[in-house]
Amino acid sequence: MTLTGQTSTRKWLYWGSHYLMIAAFVIFALFPLYWLLKVSVTPNDILYTEGVRMWPSRTTWENYTFVLTQSNFPHYFLNSVIVAGTTAIVTTLVAALTGYAFSRFAFRGKVIIVALMLITQMFPLVMLIAPIFKILAPLGLTDSLTGLIIVYTAFNVPFATFLMQSFFDGIPKDLEEAAMIDGNTRFEAFRAIILPLTLPGVAATLGFVFTAAWSELLFALMLVSSESASTFPVGLLSFVSKFSVDFGQMMAAGVLALIPACLFFLLIQRYLVQGLTAGAVKG
Amino acid sequence: MASIQIANARKSYGAVDVLHGIDLDISDGEFIVLVGPSGCGKSTLLRMIAGLEDITSGDISIAGTVVNELQPKDRDIAMVFQSYALYPHMSVAENMSYALTLRKTAREKIADAISGVAEILGLTALLERRPKALSGGQRQRVAMGRAIVRKPQAFLFDEPLSNLDARLREQMRTEIRKLHRRLGATSVYVTHDQIEAMTMADRIVAMHDGIIQQVGSPVEIYDRPANIFVASFIGSPAMNFLEGSYEQVGENSAGIRLTDGALVPVLPARDAQHNQPVTLGARPEHITIVSDGENGLPAKVELIEPMGLSTLVHVTLAGKPIKIFTMDRPAYAVDSFIHIAFDMAKVHVFDSASEKRLPPASEPHGDHAGQ
Ligand SMILES: Nc1ncnc2c1ncn2[C@@H]1O[C@H](COP(=O)(O)OP(=O)(O)O)[C@@H](O)[C@H]1O
Ligand SMILES: [Mg+2]
Repeated sequence: MTLTGQTSTRKWLYWGSHYLMIAAFVIFALFPLYWLLKVSVTPNDILYTEGVRMWPSRTTWENYTFVLTQSNFPHYFLNSVIVAGTTAIVTTLVAALTGYAFSRFAFRGKVIIVALMLITQMFPLVMLIAPIFKILAPLGLTDSLTGLIIVYTAFNVPFATFLMQSFFDGIPKDLEEAAMIDGNTRFEAFRAIILPLTLPGVAATLGFVFTAAWSELLFALMLVSSESASTFPVGLLSFVSKFSVDFGQMMAAGVLALIPACLFFLLIQRYLVQGLTAGAVKG
Repeated sequence: MASIQIANARKSYGAVDVLHGIDLDISDGEFIVLVGPSGCGKSTLLRMIAGLEDITSGDISIAGTVVNELQPKDRDIAMVFQSYALYPHMSVAENMSYALTLRKTAREKIADAISGVAEILGLTALLERRPKALSGGQRQRVAMGRAIVRKPQAFLFDEPLSNLDARLREQMRTEIRKLHRRLGATSVYVTHDQIEAMTMADRIVAMHDGIIQQVGSPVEIYDRPANIFVASFIGSPAMNFLEGSYEQVGENSAGIRLTDGALVPVLPARDAQHNQPVTLGARPEHITIVSDGENGLPAKVELIEPMGLSTLVHVTLAGKPIKIFTMDRPAYAVDSFIHIAFDMAKVHVFDSASEKRLPPASEPHGDHAGQ
């Protein structure tokens, strides 16, 4: 065998094992989603009778039609869009301003504020439900979407701030200084020069907060009792009745709930990829 | 165009004093180079002029107005950064026109200004490109262009050439000088490179540890350095220093007794006492290699560095390494002994304690020693 033949076999082995491992990981990660899809299109009468099969012998859309027309699901869905969307936007706005301050200014008490923000991330959420309920109840913010938005925003701001700070840290200070010398105030420089360059970071933060708020169950369950203010994770539980679990409908609702998150990431993925490769093209 | 006055300007970061009372008058149209080792406070001073750093105390005036409290945008200065700081999401043309757009300059006027400056800097073909698609040298030009189109009161440069390769740096040095001659704009240029300082400055401001060591024309600074720091920092290859004590030999002659007992004749120094500990300073080109028999001092050759035009000979004298600059081709080998002589009229005497230069009595009194 020639030398080049040897190296090309080695190369083939190298890349082959690469892709094999990536494929194994992707299958492992996506398998539950596949199962979700499979159960959602399986007719109820054969769900338990057919045993474990990779694909049912018959498929149906009836679970979907039921969820969309006969259940409260569209309403939960709308509530979730409102809560997750507003939370994502408000959190990102606050986090961008705070993260910029952390990244660019030295001020008294900075260390203390950072420490406090880290501490808020250390407690299990369950511990905080009772006090938060006590605070929100007299304000009339339980059983309301506004209450949920406030709580979600409060819980997501610290992490989102650190995320935004790291993106600002990646942008040289010289840029806004040049803009300030060119005739901008600091805020104008932030808006016209720094923010456009941080769009990947903004997109990543929006996506992160949106998915966190979209799938949150604990607070949604404890702070809201009425149907009208329920979000979709709570709604999913309504498919569990005292005597049975309606898996087909529950899975259909689950698949539908994936759609906005997927759409959202499709929208921002251009910036996300930019964000991931930003380090490579700088300089 | 405008003059800049800096009066007793200080800067502290918390308890750390970075600048200890800077006084400097920059005339209208002058090209000033702030030079000094890294960390001596050059950038801090420049950024205080720009308004990017607060002034702890003292005053800075531009065109006769105290600007201490003015925002950078209201000081009408332009700055070229070491990193160039080009806006990555804007084209070359947009980068250069940004300041004019903010000033609501008419569109035709902006277009004229941009094409004029692009012409001068050879950027015409690149106007639509993003900074990412430019070479280092081209980015540097865009940064210059962005400063020039504004026609500001003063230009500030913070080590603008230090990211370029040697050849390009040399070329840009002359170009910046030519631009300055053409625009006549007051310029403050920061560098740690003494060659840039020597070649570009109308006046050099040599700084060390937050204190101005000397202000003067390049030749003045080179020929009459105020102290050991300036003498050693300016000039390449660097000045040689030898410890010794001052000896008044007669009415009109003096010398420095080196540690090995040899006497180097020098011009009688003003204000020097007999037996005062002094340091002899001699530039490599002010030491000559003499044939045996003349009254040279024996020195051992350690290394011979050919530099094409000239040769740098490293020797040891009185246990100290000494560099000698010669235009002759060396006819001696490493490890052999040669005889060297110091050019009496050109060597310097420094007080070893204060490190200040003790000028010869024959030198006219002058204020070129800075502070
Ligand atoms: N933000 C800051 N906080 C504390 N010290 C600083 C800060 N910026 C600069 N310094 C200190 O000030 C001194 C001068 O810095 P600088 O002006 O950047 O030096 P140069 O430009 O001459 O290399 C350095 O010792 C540096 O450590
Ligand atoms: Mg500097």
